[in-house]
Amino acid sequence: MPELVITVARFGFLILLWIFVFTVVGVIRRDLFAGARSGRLVAAPRTVGASTGQATARPAKVKRGRAAHQLVVTAGQLAGTRITLGEAQITIGRAEDSTLVITDDYASARHARLVPRDGQWFVEDLGSTNGTYLDRAKVTGPTPVPLGVPIRIGRTSLELRP
Amino acid sequence: MTAAATPATSPATAGERSGVRLARSRRNAELSLLLLAMALVAAYGAMVEAKVLDTVTPTFWVPAAALTAVFLGMHLVIRFLAPFADPALLPAVALLNGLGVGFLHRLDLANAAPAERAELATFAGTGGRQLAWTLISVILAAGLLALMRDHRSISRYAYTLGLAGIVLVMLPAVLPRSMSEINGAKLWVRIGGFTIQPGEFAKLALLVFFAYYLVRKREVLSLASHRFLGIDFPRGRDLGPVLVVWVISLLVLVFEKDLGTSLLYFGMFVATVYIATERVSWLLIGLVLFFGGAYLAYVLGSTVGGPFLNFYHRAEIWLDPFADPYDRGYQLVQGLLALGTGGLFGAGPGGGQPLLLPEVQNDFIFAGIGEEIGLFGLSALLMIYLLIVERGLRAALAVRDSFGKLLAGGLAFTLALQVFVIVGGISKLIPLTGQTTPFLSAGGSSLMANWLIIAVLLRVSDAGRRPVSGVGGKVSRPAGGPPEQLHGAPTEVIRP
Repeated sequence: MPELVITVARFGFLILLWIFVFTVVGVIRRDLFAGARSGRLVAAPRTVGASTGQATARPAKVKRGRAAHQLVVTAGQLAGTRITLGEAQITIGRAEDSTLVITDDYASARHARLVPRDGQWFVEDLGSTNGTYLDRAKVTGPTPVPLGVPIRIGRTSLELRP
Repeated sequence: MTAAATPATSPATAGERSGVRLARSRRNAELSLLLLAMALVAAYGAMVEAKVLDTVTPTFWVPAAALTAVFLGMHLVIRFLAPFADPALLPAVALLNGLGVGFLHRLDLANAAPAERAELATFAGTGGRQLAWTLISVILAAGLLALMRDHRSISRYAYTLGLAGIVLVMLPAVLPRSMSEINGAKLWVRIGGFTIQPGEFAKLALLVFFAYYLVRKREVLSLASHRFLGIDFPRGRDLGPVLVVWVISLLVLVFEKDLGTSLLYFGMFVATVYIATERVSWLLIGLVLFFGGAYLAYVLGSTVGGPFLNFYHRAEIWLDPFADPYDRGYQLVQGLLALGTGGLFGAGPGGGQPLLLPEVQNDFIFAGIGEEIGLFGLSALLMIYLLIVERGLRAALAVRDSFGKLLAGGLAFTLALQVFVIVGGISKLIPLTGQTTPFLSAGGSSLMANWLIIAVLLRVSDAGRRPVSGVGGKVSRPAGGPPEQLHGAPTEVIRP
């Protein structure tokens, strides 16, 4: 084997190794930077596809900023957890099979649930011991949840985000 | 807000699309990364042959192709069983594993007589065995993914696993020396022709137990505290469990003569406590306890000797390896020289002299590889470890239940700590201890245990990234039976 080929291959291999590293970083880029933003949880509501940088999504999302796309835990042990909302209801409680399992002393096994109806999310208490609060008001029946208003369950706080 | 309900209907459907985009499974990204990784492994194999044999044999691609087939199988398993798992984990691990196999094969080539080099069979030698172990490990990992459809289900076996973990850790210590001691450290169990390192499997078992225990106890560990110097310290009686683990890890240090394993278990526990409670005081207490214990062992080793003597010797070698460069310090000195010879860009794959390094297929594989790919390549490998650990921690952040958070966070940290312990040992940052380099070192136990850890991380990251309403009508919860069945036992499991 000519020495030149080996030398070129040697450096090519090292460069390829780093290309692999950067490709991996590229694939997970969105997640990497999402962490930096989740630090300021109380900041202005964020939008879903922001970091993918799709130019087409950008102008549209200002208009549709009203629909909730994420449920974010803002306080309590699960603080920082976010759930992407879809069509299905979200159950909250200590029971293992809840969508959001909260290990809070003041939470019941099946505490509350969030149900979407025509693009609007409703919170409903499921007969919990200590109650569910929307901001400061106790939730008695299905109550529409505005964006950014905290739902309080024990020490845990949840918010809908666009 | 009620007024906005009607116009919100059409944005909701548009938003659903963007929600789907956010939650896409990214399996194709995983596939292409995997193929890139395998191309690197094949290139490595070709370069090794070009350098060692002076020619590239027509079969150079066979090990790489075998690995590719194995990992593609794993990729398909993930595609079906954990479609939302992290896309970066499998390719990164596959690259490390593949380079490990490639380097071990390179050692076989160097060991073999020149005449029979070209005829080395695919599954022969250390490299071939490692290839076979990779196959078995990946099958095990796929099996774990298939069995464990929901990571929370293993919390049911937490106490069993905890007991099993302690037995596995303690087993080599109580076995007679002839069955368990290799190179002065009693970490192995020798049965027939096989040597098993039970401690590798104990990591996973113990972590399941730690995570389960801490989910139950985190309230008392994080809330009841005294404030001193601006840091919250826990009450004396809550220190019980951490002291128990400390004593166990010191016993490991003394009777198995292995600082690395002991540091690994203790660090694992302290980190999990820290993740559970978010109290810096636990880190401080952990560090003080460990360094105090290690120093005590060192002092006892120099004065009393006995079971502490081995640790004392290792610390002495670490303080000055060149004091006895041909005997006790030989391994470390050779490792440092290899890294130094490698320099910035290394001697090229196949260009180094790894056979001068004792245990190069095992503990010193990082130094052996370092001689050939240099600092530039080694930092890429370390970056890949960093990315794997970051993905693990990210899975812990994303998952929605405390047990999963603690499990994934603890496993990711353990992996990082293990890499730190062995790379730190080789580069003379800390006393050298016999830890395996995850995914690189020769050895079935280590490879299997680490692949099982990856399977758990994949499962947790799948649970974390899975959208609440699945794409294409899939339900978010894995099909693990009716909710009633799940409800019975595990509610008390999670209760603090």
